[in-house]
Amino acid sequence: MTATLNPRLQDIVDEFGAVPGQQKLQLLLEFSDELPPLPARYAEHRDRLEPVPECQTPLFLAVEVADDGTAHLFFDAPPEAPTTRGFAGILATGLDGLSAQEILATPAEFTTQLGLSDLVSPLRLRGMAAMLARIKRQIQQQQAAAAT
Amino acid sequence: MTLPFDTAPKFQDYARPEMLVSTDWVAEHLGDPGLAVAESDEDVLLYETGHIPLAVKLDWHTELNDPVTRDYVDGAGFARLMSEKGISRDTTLVLYGDRNNWWAAYALWVATLFGHPDVRLLDGGRAKWIAEDRPLSTDTPNRRQTDYPVVERDDAPIRAFRDEVQAHLGQPMIDVRSPGEYSGELLHMPDYPQEGALRGGHIPGARNVPWARAAAEDATFRPRKELEAIYGGEAGLSPADDVIVYCRIGERSSHTWFVLHHLLGYPAVRNYDGSWTEWGNSVRVPITRGDKP
Repeated sequence: MTATLNPRLQDIVDEFGAVPGQQKLQLLLEFSDELPPLPARYAEHRDRLEPVPECQTPLFLAVEVADDGTAHLFFDAPPEAPTTRGFAGILATGLDGLSAQEILATPAEFTTQLGLSDLVSPLRLRGMAAMLARIKRQIQQQQAAAAT
Repeated sequence: MTLPFDTAPKFQDYARPEMLVSTDWVAEHLGDPGLAVAESDEDVLLYETGHIPLAVKLDWHTELNDPVTRDYVDGAGFARLMSEKGISRDTTLVLYGDRNNWWAAYALWVATLFGHPDVRLLDGGRAKWIAEDRPLSTDTPNRRQTDYPVVERDDAPIRAFRDEVQAHLGQPMIDVRSPGEYSGELLHMPDYPQEGALRGGHIPGARNVPWARAAAEDATFRPRKELEAIYGGEAGLSPADDVIVYCRIGERSSHTWFVLHHLLGYPAVRNYDGSWTEWGNSVRVPITRGDKP
């Protein structure tokens, strides 16, 4: 049984499912290209970002849960790491601005539904699962801090 | 048809100068019949962002490895791969890639298992090509499919397996990982925890010479004199030695294998591609911890 994805993430999964083999890589590259740059408050203070060492090239991320319960995601990865950037771009497009609850409900194994295992290798895909896990943990920490 | 060798003076000092080409040489010969340039990267999408014009992509993970068994493709698989890439048995194959040519050196080592007659490395790899502001292309080259012959892999001369490494204990071995991995402080390469091992340390007797010692800042190989000082002087190796090199999965040690075998001319150098992810997970193999061999 596959857990339900939020509609935006489901769209991305469908998009990957709709294109054959090598074109999935082009699609991943588009997500890499479209990853938004860091806003100044992070670009000038990279120490406020959490490293994700499970990615082959280290990626840095930050999560902000707003008062209305929506969460915003920020990622930083160098241009010479397009695969890692592409993973971040998928999460940014699929999750940024959703409610914290919706993000927490994202099944960890959704990364396997993109059809990238053969093209990218399962090992490399683990980086994306690790990003998602850290995003969830940051949300939970912020929720816990706000509740006290 | 074999292309002319690169006569750059730096290369002439190496034992096998014909194994390297410079960025100038590639720029001059791009598009020559009989030449194939292939990019082999750690990042599987890097090629798609722009590559040396006319270069094909060769991915270590999805193409050179067998998808099921932890091994390389077999003779038929390699023939199919080369044919699809438009590479013939008499093609001069020039490899380059990211990360100081780790994966390019690895691909060169795999091509050597199949005895590809003329395979060379672009000194400085992708980084140098880009640093020199040379052209990049996102066009997929249209090389005509070839009929590469099925040549069975010959592992014995340059590849070591775990049992052979055990039989080799006490003889020269080089561990090319970082000092933290070698000593056992780290179970994996910094930033690569997903390929860890259950035990930390190194194979008893192996000396630690991190691969990066052989690379200059611009990702090119250091001149022969400097390499001799490192491997012959500090590490105490001599060309008469039977040497085994290893790292974590065999890619960084391919870089050192290239240095010892082709640049310094040691005849007997084998790469143990099982490396620490095999040794550090094996039951009852001896392990040494700490910074001494």
